[in-house]
Amino acid sequence: MSIAAPEAAPLVEVRGLKMHFPITEGVVVSRKIGEVKAVDGVDLTIRRGETLGLVGESGCGKTTMGRCILRLEKPTEGAIFYDGTDIASLGRKSLVALRRRIQVIFQDPYSSLNPRQKVGSILSEPMKVHGIEPDAARRDQRVRELLSLCGLDPNFADRYPHEMSGGQRQRVGIARALAVDPEFIVCDEAVSALDVSIQAQIINLLEDLREKFKLTYLFIAHDLSVVRHLCQRIAVMYLGHVVEMAECDELFDNPLHPYTRALLAAVPVPDPTIEALRTIQPLSGEVPSPINPPPGCVFHPRCPIAVADCQRTAPALRELRPGHWVACSQVG
Amino acid sequence: MIDTPVRARYQRRPWEETESVPPLLEVRNLRTEFRTGAGLVRAVDGISYAVDAGETVAVVGESGSGKSVGALSILRLIPSPPGRIAGGEVIFNGRDLMRLSDAEMREVRGGEIGMVFQEPMTSLNPVLSIGRQITETIEQHRGVDREAAAARALELLGLVGIADPQRRLKQYPHQLSGGMRQRVMIAIALACEPKLIIADEPTTALDVTIQAQILELMQSLTHRLGVALIVITHNLGIVARYAHRVNVMYAGRIVESGSAAAIYHAPRHPYTMALLKSVPRPDRPRQARLDPIEGSPPDLTRLGKGCAFRPRCRFAIERCASETPPLEPVGETGQSAACFRSHDVALTADRAA
Repeated sequence: MSIAAPEAAPLVEVRGLKMHFPITEGVVVSRKIGEVKAVDGVDLTIRRGETLGLVGESGCGKTTMGRCILRLEKPTEGAIFYDGTDIASLGRKSLVALRRRIQVIFQDPYSSLNPRQKVGSILSEPMKVHGIEPDAARRDQRVRELLSLCGLDPNFADRYPHEMSGGQRQRVGIARALAVDPEFIVCDEAVSALDVSIQAQIINLLEDLREKFKLTYLFIAHDLSVVRHLCQRIAVMYLGHVVEMAECDELFDNPLHPYTRALLAAVPVPDPTIEALRTIQPLSGEVPSPINPPPGCVFHPRCPIAVADCQRTAPALRELRPGHWVACSQVG
Repeated sequence: MIDTPVRARYQRRPWEETESVPPLLEVRNLRTEFRTGAGLVRAVDGISYAVDAGETVAVVGESGSGKSVGALSILRLIPSPPGRIAGGEVIFNGRDLMRLSDAEMREVRGGEIGMVFQEPMTSLNPVLSIGRQITETIEQHRGVDREAAAARALELLGLVGIADPQRRLKQYPHQLSGGMRQRVMIAIALACEPKLIIADEPTTALDVTIQAQILELMQSLTHRLGVALIVITHNLGIVARYAHRVNVMYAGRIVESGSAAAIYHAPRHPYTMALLKSVPRPDRPRQARLDPIEGSPPDLTRLGKGCAFRPRCRFAIERCASETPPLEPVGETGQSAACFRSHDVALTADRAA
């Protein structure tokens, strides 16, 4: 599947990725009694310099996708090409080198920073690991630069995380990701825990940094308004599958998959005049368990347009319009 | 300044026109404080508002703005110590809740006023069946026997859209999904036919499609049963869709209050205006960078004189540092704002609209 524009070779190419977690029983002799199919056959490309949004509800596999690309999980099946190299099967040593190029920003700025470490030490640790700026004085200088780059007072290097607000901590998390000069950052719900007024500050910061350092982001989020603002392309996940993928405005203005339509319609718009005229037809039921996903199309039990065949045949992603991919046999 | 069609948008709702009927709930100058290691925190610092019968009022604000504490204070659910309701009146149905005995207050909670909290897993008892938790409330407040209570419980589960209610009644909270648990919470809140339900971030822990199910359900039930609703949220989309009236809170005070249309289309407080401008919109292609509110919310232990929003405010003048602006009616749109410069805010906001 090649949907990247000809001028830009993809930075990340995911092919047929599966991540199944075993469910085991027994303490001494454990045996597998089932598996959670968190990611179940995903193809995805991330172009150099773009922000790809990965959206979906809890349990859809979006975080597991991110963790696989970071190689925090070893995928069950499939390939992940990062800049041409398949990283799905890389060994420990080569992974260390890879991690200098790929970084991550987590959701919760409270639990992703070590409470016993000063900010300065949090930021210099990745540099020590990767042998960047071995000279201590130069390293401290870089810590101060990173802090001011992320909109913090350089003197924050002497503070502990608990002395800072949530927004300030998230800035430290961003500075830590930048410390090793990466080219690709996975942002896993990076602004979800922040208050509205702080969220906008961090979104702007992420955009400025992307332009300044020519970064590529995988932006994993459930907040569709944030995604629309930040991303060039969006992939929608449901129960371990990508069900739709398109350019950002195309996806929002012209959603094709019934799940994407329901998801977009469920988000109320901050405008009472628009909302007064709009009726919401909420999707019935709930997301089935990934331990025992429905046969055929995983969305068919909740789908308003499902036909009998949807229970048997799993639809593949098809390009219905240029760059707009949909996994549904009933649209197009 | 405002032409006629625009003014029509702000017209008061039918139930607001009958001036003689007193509101269902009237909060007057409510103050709640907490003693903390860092000093005294005035979490709610003199808020006043009213809720009419059948009306949905949203309270919006960011973390620490006092929106939850304000609602819990109405129910007198503030842990003491360290908390204390320092003053004010809450007139509900003609009685001041602050003057009731503890026993009388227990009758009100879950009886005349229902409650729905954010995290249904922690607000339901894990060792009691769903059925028992509903019947307990009914027996407590209605003094009916078990059989009648059980019949009512079954009816309530059907009302909140739970399929196969007979089986669900025998189940325990951990056997239900998050959305289902929140439906049970709503059933319990409705059990004794309350006149008011207070919902504190009722869908924050839920996914968007489940959030839509729960909110549409709450809206249709409150309309049908004529129940007033106070919904506390930080989500401006939810407010726009479901609220008739809105109170915007900042640092323990209501800074702006009015109809949803007025608040969104003609904000009169700089915080409201900035808040609305800072959120990305799901229905519009991105235009430019977001326009965030610089700085962070104030530390409530170090709140000095004057307006708490002043350090982040584009409109701040010298007077804002020495005097705290009161919440006063502004302009023709029927809302109130606590800002000395609300007229200048109005000019800016209307020009932008």
